[in-house]
Amino acid sequence: MNPKLTRRRFIKGVIASGAAATTTTMWYAANGQDRPTGFVERLIRINVNGQERSVDVAPQETLASTLRYKLGLTGTKLGCNRGECGACTVLVDDTPTYACSVLTHSMKFARIETVEGLEAPNGDLHAVQQGFIDQLSPQCGYCTPGQVMSAVGLLRANPNPTREEARQAMAGNICRCGSYDSYLDGVMRAAEIG
Amino acid sequence: MAYMHIGKDFVPPDVAGKVTGRIKYSEDYTREGMVYARLLTSPIPHAKVVSIDASEALAMEGVFGILTADDVYPDGEANSTGLKILTNEPTLVGEPILAVAAVDEKTAETAIAAITVTFERLPFVMDPVDSLEEGGPDAYNGGNTFVFREGFAQEKWTSDQVASFRAGNEPTAEPAAELSYGDLEAGFANSAFVYETPFTTAGYPHMSMEPRSAMAYWEDGKLYLHGTSQSLTALADGMAGIVGVPKEDLVFINAATGGGFGQRARAGSIPSMAIPAKLSQKINRPVMMRCTREEEFTIGGARQGFQGWIKLGFKQDGTMAAADLWIVSDNGGKGGGGDAFSATNAISIVYQAEAVRFRGVSIGSNTAHRGAQRGPGENQIAAIVSPILDKAAEELGIDRLEIRKLNTPQTGDVGGINRQPFTSAYMPEALEQAATAFNWEERITRSRQRNGSKVTGIGIGQGYHNAGRSGMDGIIMMGPDGRLRVHNGVGNLGTYSYASTSRAAAEVLKMPWDRCDVITGRTDNHLPITSPQDGSNSIFTNTRTCFGAAQDMLAKMKEIAAADLGGDPADYDVSNERVHQIADDTVGMTFGEVAQRAMELGGKYTGEAELPEELAEWTQISVSRLAGSGFMGVYHDPRHSNNPPGFTVTCTEIELDTETGKIEILDMVSIAECGTVVHPQGLKNQLVGGGVWGIGMSVLERHLYDPQNGLPASTGYWQSKIPTYLDTPLKIDTGWVDLPDPENPVGARGVGEPSMGSVSAALNAAVSDALDGHVFNATPVTTDMIVNHIAGISEEWVPLAQNNFRG
Repeated sequence: MNPKLTRRRFIKGVIASGAAATTTTMWYAANGQDRPTGFVERLIRINVNGQERSVDVAPQETLASTLRYKLGLTGTKLGCNRGECGACTVLVDDTPTYACSVLTHSMKFARIETVEGLEAPNGDLHAVQQGFIDQLSPQCGYCTPGQVMSAVGLLRANPNPTREEARQAMAGNICRCGSYDSYLDGVMRAAEIG
Repeated sequence: MAYMHIGKDFVPPDVAGKVTGRIKYSEDYTREGMVYARLLTSPIPHAKVVSIDASEALAMEGVFGILTADDVYPDGEANSTGLKILTNEPTLVGEPILAVAAVDEKTAETAIAAITVTFERLPFVMDPVDSLEEGGPDAYNGGNTFVFREGFAQEKWTSDQVASFRAGNEPTAEPAAELSYGDLEAGFANSAFVYETPFTTAGYPHMSMEPRSAMAYWEDGKLYLHGTSQSLTALADGMAGIVGVPKEDLVFINAATGGGFGQRARAGSIPSMAIPAKLSQKINRPVMMRCTREEEFTIGGARQGFQGWIKLGFKQDGTMAAADLWIVSDNGGKGGGGDAFSATNAISIVYQAEAVRFRGVSIGSNTAHRGAQRGPGENQIAAIVSPILDKAAEELGIDRLEIRKLNTPQTGDVGGINRQPFTSAYMPEALEQAATAFNWEERITRSRQRNGSKVTGIGIGQGYHNAGRSGMDGIIMMGPDGRLRVHNGVGNLGTYSYASTSRAAAEVLKMPWDRCDVITGRTDNHLPITSPQDGSNSIFTNTRTCFGAAQDMLAKMKEIAAADLGGDPADYDVSNERVHQIADDTVGMTFGEVAQRAMELGGKYTGEAELPEELAEWTQISVSRLAGSGFMGVYHDPRHSNNPPGFTVTCTEIELDTETGKIEILDMVSIAECGTVVHPQGLKNQLVGGGVWGIGMSVLERHLYDPQNGLPASTGYWQSKIPTYLDTPLKIDTGWVDLPDPENPVGARGVGEPSMGSVSAALNAAVSDALDGHVFNATPVTTDMIVNHIAGISEEWVPLAQNNFRG
């Protein structure tokens, strides 16, 4: 299991950010569509996939919303928008993180990586992406970017996991198609070729 | 038979887009000037809209318009079951009443908060058996059931009849439907072991990962609809009617779909996509309607639940002599499906029962709308019957594998209420292969072994679904570049069958796969009609159409070559992307040359003449738009007869903790019997994916409603828990029989659904085994039920409860 991401740490993060949108109304608030209130800085810089990006961010806006709707990085998917499914998983300072459950304003000094940032400049796929292709891990593909990012986070912390360690590390990512077996095959393949 | 492509793995063209995030789902699109729609949904489970006052909302800055049921049904809503686009007569919480378009979602939500909707509350019901009782509330306006071609009706039982059913007895009321074959009475009379029990199976949501967002705009009189679907052309064909746009004016764009599982197969089960289409038409702007997880639950549908009674009789030798079922199926708030009959039919097919009777009635409840969900009927009953079969085996002194072998369907048998022959059936081989892979003889000796608080359970189960259709169309094209373009209308929901069925065309023409393009993803790519991609049919149905279209092109190639190079078409064959004489392969033309020649000749070679007369209207439109643009192969597939079955067998070993009720799956093997294997990796994914669904059905999944207010209590993943990595085995072993079916040109049948049934059957059997043969007669079997059983507490203090806790 990735030592950086414990359930306690995740829950603490959610409480601190106050961004676990549990109602419809909060969902829209989290999408950054409120008017600015008071003297809250809105134009901030965040580091996404190695690039400093200037972006206009509402106080209560989630990272998932910023990535998808402000920066056009639609590879990060929203399956539940309330920390249940893991489809929006990105890496924050190498730690798999639910982008729906952190505020963009808390990311000002963080290094964010999304699925769009994994390919090499020459187009070579990341080992996890190639491993997932080799094993035909995805089915419908909607959870796949989140699965990819969790696997990348795992392999950075533990380049040669056992299948059981991989299962534990990936356990925050739901796949309704039930492709878990094939994703684990993909992670093990990625560890081989990585 | 040695194939070039069939039975071999390949990289489907969309998989790179899935691992890079590049492939687009409906909500990933944007359009200049796009505005956002939000829904006002019913807060109460059964009501009539008396009035809507949106004046304040419409006056707000940034609000562009409103869409109500009166807009979409100017002549009134149809007096029938089935989801509506919008409704003034909601029959479940969360049903869309109206939509508002605004500059952003916050503004739309604010506007909705300013709309006053006056509802007339109506009686509601959460449990179908409550509605069956005289004086009980009805879920629909006009009754509690819907009779095909007749309309709404009331089914009512006396209080004594309801009480007797809840007490576990055979219902005495007149069924709405009754079908049977064989001498049931004689079957039970000749039985050495008869088991009779009430049973329940829970309804629960599909929970596709992608919420059903949709975006629409109109341009030059055409509707461009970005949506989500598991059946590309089949869904678009139906959606044109729902929106009210001519088929030739609908462009449905759907490169990828984030899960379907039966609920996105047909337009009628996802009419919400018409909301942005209609709203966009009204306000003349692109409209995006993002759906939330809650909305995906409330309008996303659910499996039918069963409240039933079953009686099975077995002869001394273990053969199933008689099966008698009486099922009340939960039709939810909008009407449902035919799960109950399919369940009975499956018993006839899988266990070859000598006499079978089905009796049943479908009753509405003000809960999620019901419809097809992975193996609808077949899979619920697989989990119920398997532990009973084991009880029969134990009582009759027969091995549990053996009792399945001696009741097995095989080629030459018939099955189902209509006694239909199989196209082929290799279940005996599947049972044998599963037993060998699992090492059944050694494993069964571990049955019921205890280790502290843990006890081992061994289970075996079988799954079935009818797995193939026909009567669809195929189109392939080739240009002077000699590349083969397979136009495929199968949806992309993750089975990769849109690509694997296309390989049947490549097989006929012996084309290297890297010289083939699968043309799909949006209907203005001019795609043929397909059957909806449900019922495990795609592999059988669409290898037939792709194969046929390629045969048409092959025949035309030979004609052209013979006309230009001499001889008879029969003197020619193809290889290495050339059509050439068999006797002298130097005499021939490249595919590029023959395509060029076909385009010069025109007429039937380019789709401008001599088309198959039976082509569907959708295909005719596509062919007319492609005509003259390239060398065309086109085919209408005639109807086949008989039942192409998809079968699976699963064996599992579990460890059940008697202190916590927790089940750990130590080992699981699933074997498919689906004719010739087309795409091994895709098949493996269906086996493991269906297996995970089977685990969910057996021990986890159900939806719950507040019985006082009719509110759904399980709109998210954590409240209606689906299996996670940690609920599934570390490894699921898979295999396949791989014998050809004679009614498919490459020998293939489908198998997407049965793997869920066999896993659920095996798992319920294993739980029963671990508890010394106790049969719960229910899905799911939760940890509470197990712990209560071990503690000697009845888990059934709300007998036959549906859509709520059992106790």
